[in-house]
Amino acid sequence: MSQFTSGFWDIYIGVLTVVSVVACALFLKSQSVRKAPGPADTTGHTWDGDLAEYNNPLPRWWSWLFYITIVFSLGYLILYPGLGSWSGTLGWSQVGQLKQEQELALKRYGPLYEKFAATEIEALVKNADALGIGQKLFLNNCAQCHASDGGGARGFPNLADMDWLWGGTPEAIKTTIAEGRTGMMPAWGQALGEQRVKDVAHYVRSLSGLTHDSIRAARGKEDFDKTCIACHGQQGKGNTAMGAPDLTDKVWLHGSAEDRLIDTISRGRVDLMPAHKEKLSGAQIHLLTAYVYSLSRSGVAIPHRK
Amino acid sequence: MNAPLSKLAAAAAPEETSLYEVRRKIYPRAVHGWFAGWRWALVWITQIIYYGGPWLTWNDRQAVLFDIVHRKFFIFGLVFWPQDIVYLAVLLIISALALFLFTAVAGRLWCGFTCPQTVYTEIFMWVERIVEGDRNARIRLDKERFSKKKIVRKGAKHAVWILLSLWTGFTFVGYFTPIKELWSEALTFSFGPWEAFWVLFYGFATYGNAGWMREQVCKYMCPYARFQSAMFDKDTLIITYDRGRGEPRGKAGSKGAGDCVDCGICVQACPTGIDIRDGLQYECIGCAACIDGCDQVMSRLARPRGLIRYSTTHAMEGKKTRVLRPRVLVYSAILLAIAAAVTASLYLRVPLKVDVIRDRAALAREVGDEIENVYRLQIMNTTEQQRLYEIGVRGLKDIEIKGDSRVTVEPASSRMVPVRVRVERDEVAPGTHRIEFEVRAVGAEAIAVRESSVFMVR
Repeated sequence: MSQFTSGFWDIYIGVLTVVSVVACALFLKSQSVRKAPGPADTTGHTWDGDLAEYNNPLPRWWSWLFYITIVFSLGYLILYPGLGSWSGTLGWSQVGQLKQEQELALKRYGPLYEKFAATEIEALVKNADALGIGQKLFLNNCAQCHASDGGGARGFPNLADMDWLWGGTPEAIKTTIAEGRTGMMPAWGQALGEQRVKDVAHYVRSLSGLTHDSIRAARGKEDFDKTCIACHGQQGKGNTAMGAPDLTDKVWLHGSAEDRLIDTISRGRVDLMPAHKEKLSGAQIHLLTAYVYSLSRSGVAIPHRK
Repeated sequence: MNAPLSKLAAAAAPEETSLYEVRRKIYPRAVHGWFAGWRWALVWITQIIYYGGPWLTWNDRQAVLFDIVHRKFFIFGLVFWPQDIVYLAVLLIISALALFLFTAVAGRLWCGFTCPQTVYTEIFMWVERIVEGDRNARIRLDKERFSKKKIVRKGAKHAVWILLSLWTGFTFVGYFTPIKELWSEALTFSFGPWEAFWVLFYGFATYGNAGWMREQVCKYMCPYARFQSAMFDKDTLIITYDRGRGEPRGKAGSKGAGDCVDCGICVQACPTGIDIRDGLQYECIGCAACIDGCDQVMSRLARPRGLIRYSTTHAMEGKKTRVLRPRVLVYSAILLAIAAAVTASLYLRVPLKVDVIRDRAALAREVGDEIENVYRLQIMNTTEQQRLYEIGVRGLKDIEIKGDSRVTVEPASSRMVPVRVRVERDEVAPGTHRIEFEVRAVGAEAIAVRESSVFMVR
C-alpha cells in the first residue's frame, strides 16, 4: 500500500469489506423467509406455454453453508491481511511465505549438494553423480549464455576448450562463478583515429598468423606497443589477472574478421559475467565448478574456432 | 419433475414460511430380492477392487499408484507421465458416454447400483441395521429418551462407521502414496501432515455422506442426478408402478380393489423417502428397493409379481418399446469407437518421449569449415528398465552429431542431454533448415521416436 500517501484508502477498503460481509448476512436472513405463496407454488416463470418452475425449498443445512462462509470470512479477515492495512494476527505475508519455502527447500535439498562440498574438484570430475547435479545447475543457470554444451557464443566464452580468460584452475573458475567478472576493453577510436585503428587490427591479425597487410601491421605494432601491451602483454599473450584475451591463439571472443577487430579496438568491449553467490549456495557453486572444469577435460573438448 | 401436492398444501397455510426445509429423517426398511442381491454383488465387486487394489504388487512396486510427487502414474504394466493426461481425458469421456448409454437404456442404473454414494450408504445402513435393528426398531430408538442402551447402541454404530470411514480414507490415500509405508506409519501414528489431512478428509466425507447426508447428496448436491433426466425418453426402463393393475387400492379381498393393498412397503423401503406410486420423480435413484419390497408382498398374497417393475413409458401406454433406437445406437457407436481407439493407442504406445529444445542464445557457431547448432534433448524413458539410446539426426547433407551420441537413461526417469550438430558450411545455404532427430533404444528397435527441429546457418 506504499503507493497511497494517506490512510484514506486503507480505511475505505476496510469499511467496504466489513459492510459487504454484514450486508450479505442481513440479506441471507431476510431472504430465508417469504410471504405466504399463492395457490400454485411456482416461481411464476412459464416457458413453452405450460412449463412452470416449482419453487421447492432448499434443505436447511444448505443455508448453514452460507452462514459458515460468513463466519469463515470474518475469521479470515482477522487472521490474514485483508482489511486495508491490517496485517492479520498470523503475520502472514507473501514474502514471508516465499522465505519459508526457500528455507524448507534448502533444508530438504541442501544435503544433496552438501555431501559433495568437502570433496576436491579434481576428484568430483570423476564422480558421475556430482557431474549430473552440476549439469542440471549448468543448464538452469549458465546455458542461457554459454549454450547447453558450454561451447559459448559470440561474446560469451567457450568453457569447453582449454583457453581461459580469467584462468582455468578450479579456484579461478569458482571465483568467476561466485563473484562474477567484468571484462573491460577501452575504446581507442578517439585516441588513435580511423587509420591507426586499422593498422593495429592488422597487427593483431598477424599475431595469430591470419592474413594481413604487413605494412599496416608494422605501423600498428608501434601503437600496440604503446597502448595495448599494458593488458595484452608484450607478445599479446593476454593476462588472466584482468581477463585480457590471448591474441596469438585461434580463439576469438568477438570475432577475428578485420571489421570486427576494428569495431573492438575503436569502440571497446564490456563483457559481464554476473555474480552467482547470492543466487546459489556455496555447495552448489562447488558442484558447478566441477562440472565446468570437467567440460574442457572430458576428452571431447570442442576445438578452437574463429 | 413435480413436487408432491401434499407438500404444497402444507406450505400454503401460514403467513410467512421458511425458504429452507428441515430434513425429514428417512428410515429405509430392509428388503430382500433380486435387485437387492445385485446391489450387494456390486458392493462386493467395487469394494474388493477399491480396498484391495492398492495392496497388489507389480514389477516390485505397488501395482496401482498415482505418485503425484514424482509425477508418475502406475497402473499395472503401464507407466503414465503427466504428458499422458489425454488418457485421463479419454477415460472421463468414456465414463460419461457409458453413463449416457446406460441411462438411456435403463435409467439411473449407475445411481442405484454402483455410485459410491449408494454403495457406502448400503454398507452403512447394513451396520445400522445390525446395531439398531430394522426400520421400526430404529424409529422407536430415536423416539426414546436418552438411556444407557440408547447411548451404547448409537455409540457402537458411530464407532463402526468411523472405523470404516477411516479405513476408506486410508485406502484412498494409499493410491497416492505407497500403502505399505502408509500402513507402518499408521501403526506408529506418524503420518505426515498432508497424509493425515487427506485420510481424515476423505474419511470424514465418507462418514458424513454415507452416515448423515445420504439422500440429501442425491437430491441437492449431485449434478448427474439432475442431468440424467435429459437422457430419458419413453423407451427408457424406469421403475414404474402399474397404475392400471394396482388402482384402486384396497385391502386384499375387498370388492373392486386393485392389486395394490396399500401396505406402504414401497414407501418404507425407499432410501429417498418418495412414493413411487406418484409416478417418476427426480428423487428416484432407481435402486429398485420398492420392486423387491412389493414383490415380497405380492408373493405372499400369491399374486403375480411386478406391480412395481422396470418398465418404459411406452410399455405402460400399451405401445411397443424400442431398445435399439437412434439415441442408444449413437451412444454405443461413439463409445465403441473411442474405446477401440484408446485401446489401440495404448497398445501402440512407444515407451519413450523426446523433446527437442533448440539453444536460443547461440544461433549458429562457426567451427573451422563447419556450422554448429546446439540442442537440448529431453529423453524420457517410460519403461521400467534402464535403457541405452542412440541419437541420430538427418535432413541435411553430411549432417552429424559431434561428441557422444549414446546416452543411458535410468528406469522411468528423464535426462537432459546437450547435443551438438554440425554440417559443412559450403554445403548449406544461409537460413533455417528442417532437420529431424531420431532417438532409438539400443537393443529394442521398436522403441524409437522422431522429433523435428530447425538448423540455422548464418
